Amino acid sequence: MAKLTMVQAINLALHQEMEKDEDVVVLGEDVGVDGGVFRVTDGLIDKFGEERVMDTPLAESGITGFSIGMAIYGLKPVCEMQFSGFGYMAMHQLEAHAARMRARSGGRFHVPMVIRMPYGGGVKALEHHSESREAYWAHTPGLKMVIPSTPRNARALLVSAIRDPDPVVFYEPKSSYRAFREEVPEGEETIPIGQSEIVREGEDLTLISYGAMMRPTLEAAEILEEEDGVQCEVIDLMTISPIDDSKFTESAKKTGRVVLVHEAPRSFGPGAEIIARLVEKSFLYLEAPIRRVTGYDVVIPLFQREFDYLPSAERIVRAARETLDF
Amino acid sequence: MPREKIDLEQDIEYLSILNEKGEIDEDLEPDMKDDLLLDLHRAMLFGRRFDERMLNLQRGGKMGTFAPIKGQEAAQLGAVACLQDEDWLVPSFRETAAEIWRGKRPENILLAYAGFSEGGVIPKGINNLPAAIPVGTQTLHAAGIGYGIKFKGKKQVVMTFFGDGATSEGDFHEALNFAGVFNTPTIFVCQNNQWAISINRAHQTRSKTLAQKAIAYGIPGIQVDGNDVLAVYAAAKEAVERARNGEGPTFIECVTYRMSVHTTADDPKRYRSDEEVEKWEKRDPISRFQKYLKKKDLLSDEEIEEIESEIKEEIKKIVKGWEKKKKELEGRVDMFEGTFAELPAYLVEQKEEFESELPEKTEKPEEPEEPEADEESEE
Repeated sequence: MAKLTMVQAINLALHQEMEKDEDVVVLGEDVGVDGGVFRVTDGLIDKFGEERVMDTPLAESGITGFSIGMAIYGLKPVCEMQFSGFGYMAMHQLEAHAARMRARSGGRFHVPMVIRMPYGGGVKALEHHSESREAYWAHTPGLKMVIPSTPRNARALLVSAIRDPDPVVFYEPKSSYRAFREEVPEGEETIPIGQSEIVREGEDLTLISYGAMMRPTLEAAEILEEEDGVQCEVIDLMTISPIDDSKFTESAKKTGRVVLVHEAPRSFGPGAEIIARLVEKSFLYLEAPIRRVTGYDVVIPLFQREFDYLPSAERIVRAARETLDF
Repeated sequence: MPREKIDLEQDIEYLSILNEKGEIDEDLEPDMKDDLLLDLHRAMLFGRRFDERMLNLQRGGKMGTFAPIKGQEAAQLGAVACLQDEDWLVPSFRETAAEIWRGKRPENILLAYAGFSEGGVIPKGINNLPAAIPVGTQTLHAAGIGYGIKFKGKKQVVMTFFGDGATSEGDFHEALNFAGVFNTPTIFVCQNNQWAISINRAHQTRSKTLAQKAIAYGIPGIQVDGNDVLAVYAAAKEAVERARNGEGPTFIECVTYRMSVHTTADDPKRYRSDEEVEKWEKRDPISRFQKYLKKKDLLSDEEIEEIESEIKEEIKKIVKGWEKKKKELEGRVDMFEGTFAELPAYLVEQKEEFESELPEKTEKPEEPEEPEADEESEE
């Protein structure tokens, strides 16, 4: 096992899936010769050639609609939006076509494509490079929405996404791209889409998060154990849609207290859906109001102040203590 | 330092072969077999009569909104007549006649416009995409399918249709650009019917032609008389041959006219004059083609009448079959299948909730129903 960054782990998944399946094609802006602006697709063009690693014109809707056509024909395009902030141009194609083709054609056609997008704040980027808008995609019937949190689960989830017969929006937390390394097995590993994971067991409080926010969430769990003797159960959703509510609703029954964390704006964010399900399925077990530690419902500030916007371990600890003291 | 004209190495031609009087330019006349000419005539006539019947059904409240094709029979049929069965069609929402030519069952078209998603089912072996309503979006799929064809080394081509309004959409430009850059076997057919609901062609773009937009993407473009089925066929044939030979995409602008409403929800009297419509009625694609076929001794007035009555009978049967099918489907609802290959847990929950709300529509009959009396024999 090698210790890889998330960029390397995603790159490994692409290499291996392209070796395994000749129909897998990578396309996007600067993904070929340049290896992607984050180097996620580094080396692919040398190995697989420009027919399978396509530098496209600069047009996000074009990349998406073109990929839909390729997927209908039988290829498995993995296309990249350079930043999720430019991915809204893909919304129309994904909503109107990728998400509906199976239903509209009575099952004759389907769209096995992956649309990768780096998302989220914390890397001192320019405007339009820091948003976390997973709710847009997760709200669309027919689309799957996946967000990994570590190198190992990023690799395993991307393999599943590429093999999935339906379109998958794959958000990559760019603040985690090179922030830490993790052992990633060379051999094949997959994680089913639509499955969450308990990454830390505990009895006192349930913390729910995903993506880049898993790090401050786990840090908060450490602080709460060390300073308060509180055992947190921490759940990594990994898939936003189709959401797996089996683990967090069970965990809430055990702990009775829930804090959830995402950097997306609070209103109508994934947290709202999680709370709805907790109310539907775990209501009688809840001991305290559920707290949301999230981005605020504002335009995300430029990078001098982005850490004031993003949830931190301190904010999570504070919310957890209030929940525990209720 | 020069300041000089740049040679774009491309010109835009206009092609017309058969005029409205039925006169032909013999030098340009395409080499078409008699059977093909007669099949095309029949398909154009069927397209017109089926359209009229649909309008009638819609006005009678039996069908929902749809987009009539009246006047555009030549523009779409002349083009798809150049395709082989294994080729691909990527339509917009005004290609009923082209879809039928390519094997779509008219009953299914009626079903879809009567609000049954079952009508949208594409049978195996027919490479037609479902009709796309968001304007211009489908052109990108044709570029992508073209790439798939090229990638797999197949000899297929893909033809997509759209209107003059679509040429203002970003996706149209991205599609032409991608098709050009990746040299895909894609034929872009614009049915310039002069009106995008109430916005006329002059208001859509300041360009003199739509065809010239091809120049910007470095691909061949041609403008044809879209009411002249021979011109459309000739231009499409060249484009299909180029695509099949690996020479990439073509943009064909068919200058035609939407003789009817945009959709049945539209009232064109608000934005265009009767005189304009009358002017175009004189340029009708079907009557001029009939004149041509009569001159060639391929068709007589008596035969036209015969075909008309055959079509009438055929449509009657189609409508009858559709009404029967509608009754069968009215009692059934299944909106959950088709969202994903496999239903996720929360959709299984919603499906169960739905089935408990409407048990009469979701319970499967235990025993097969008694066979109904044969309607044909009742007559």
